[in-house]
Amino acid sequence: MTVLTVAQHREGRLRDVSREAQTAGVALAAATDDLVHTAVLGGDVERFAEGLASDGVDVVHTVAADDPVAHDVAVQALSQLATEVDAQVVLAPGSGTGLDYAPALAARLGWPVVTDAVGLDGADGLSVTRALDGVWTTLAVDEGRAVVTLRPGEWPPAEGTGGAEIRPFAAEIDDAAVRSSVTGLEGAGDGDTALAEADVVVAVGRGIGAEANLDPIFDLAAAIDATVAASGPPVKRGWLPAERQVGHSGVTVAPDVYLAIGISGAAQHLAGMYESDTVVAINSDPTAPIFDVADYGVVGDLFDVVPALVAAVDS
Amino acid sequence: MDGAGPDSAHRHAVGEWDTHALEAAVALREAHDDVEVVTVTVGPPSADPVVRAAMAKGADRALRVWDDRLAEVDLFDPQPTARLLAAVVDDLDPTLVLTGARSGPEGFGATGVTLAAVLEYGWATVVTDVSLDRGAGVVSVRCDRDGGRTELVDVELPAVLTVGTGCNEPRHAGLGAVRAAQRAGVPVRSLDDLGLDAADVDSSLTRVETGKRDPDVTLFEGPTEAVAADLIRVLRAHGVEP
Repeated sequence: MTVLTVAQHREGRLRDVSREAQTAGVALAAATDDLVHTAVLGGDVERFAEGLASDGVDVVHTVAADDPVAHDVAVQALSQLATEVDAQVVLAPGSGTGLDYAPALAARLGWPVVTDAVGLDGADGLSVTRALDGVWTTLAVDEGRAVVTLRPGEWPPAEGTGGAEIRPFAAEIDDAAVRSSVTGLEGAGDGDTALAEADVVVAVGRGIGAEANLDPIFDLAAAIDATVAASGPPVKRGWLPAERQVGHSGVTVAPDVYLAIGISGAAQHLAGMYESDTVVAINSDPTAPIFDVADYGVVGDLFDVVPALVAAVDS
Repeated sequence: MDGAGPDSAHRHAVGEWDTHALEAAVALREAHDDVEVVTVTVGPPSADPVVRAAMAKGADRALRVWDDRLAEVDLFDPQPTARLLAAVVDDLDPTLVLTGARSGPEGFGATGVTLAAVLEYGWATVVTDVSLDRGAGVVSVRCDRDGGRTELVDVELPAVLTVGTGCNEPRHAGLGAVRAAQRAGVPVRSLDDLGLDAADVDSSLTRVETGKRDPDVTLFEGPTEAVAADLIRVLRAHGVEP
């Protein structure tokens, strides 16, 4: 089936989810030997397009627009482009940005929407797999056309520089249907704080129980030269400052190693750490969803395991 | 003005995100004159305790949407739900529609934006602050965005706002309000009442398979010291140099 993937960029940099969607799209289109299109909207689209000319992608469409792109503009431009290339599937990032426009794009196209996909299959019609707490559910899309948002980190980023054609797309924007405007942006550039750039992150969650229990966490971070972060609950309770929060409402990190300690793994938190290369989870609850995204895990009491780790480093 | 806060049909309590949407609506009524808060819930009669809980927390009145034909419909797909809610919104003609940013961890997180698109309303998602200016026909909001950023957005009225959990601290219902809600009537709207038929709530999505996802994780077990040594070996192998 013909696929249109939508790229995402922030502060002048393409996000990994852009090329992850291309990987998913190339696999879907290959089953029927159809084309893969990628759209990039707003900002320096020419430069972004060069970074999106990945192997297997046929056309990168550049759409001139303000940055950040107003969701009404994204919906209009993408629906026109999807129609022009006769896409059967639009793959959008499962980020806050993607969720802000994808459902409206689907409604405008008259297609169903499926969010937070972890798997796609186009061999016999379109089916989409979602996952929660270790249980997956596969949904068949009856009409065969859909807008799907992809959970970040589930597909490897597309690589290489293929022969993709870069083509400007002149969207016709009906200003009367643009009903909102972005008047300001706060926190831009905060993505470059020490936490966002850290190679090793030690993150704590609700399981820490009390502010007084943070000492072993800081001991561990000092021992392995890591940066301390948190999921929502410790920040909400005032045990750690807000700039330490990783997640949908906090910083997005992409370290080499992410240690999640006493973190259950709510979707809010996972949204900020999917791009970590290796995830190590320590949690007393073997059913905690963090183990679904972890590469290595210990089911145990963090108050035993963390001091033992510090001791093991020292020995 | 009305604020309509849809709740989920699938639970026996007001959803976490929806409690923040409801609180935002009640706060608007307290800050402005001539505001009425109406909660809308899609669900069977067994959802009435949820509807009454929303009334006890400050909604002025409530509507429940139900029809025997909906018993057969799996409302996980946001589009049929949005079409039901859109018909209610058309009747109520509110200034603002407030929904939770998602219904729950398993939800699509797409009902609010789908509803806005069906209604051809403006929208904003994961809102954490709401400033209403009916004279200017605009609601100004703060929205949580990726990477810890906040967007300041002006949306034309009428508008749909999906409310994030960081928006407010939902209040607890007082005993008097709980008692009053027990006595309040909850009108029910059927598909016919809303001018819809069964085809309007058809879903294009069919659950074909459900199963355990294989967690691709290597678990270390045994005495704490041995586990710690295993973990440190993993960390060193991935470039951590203690």
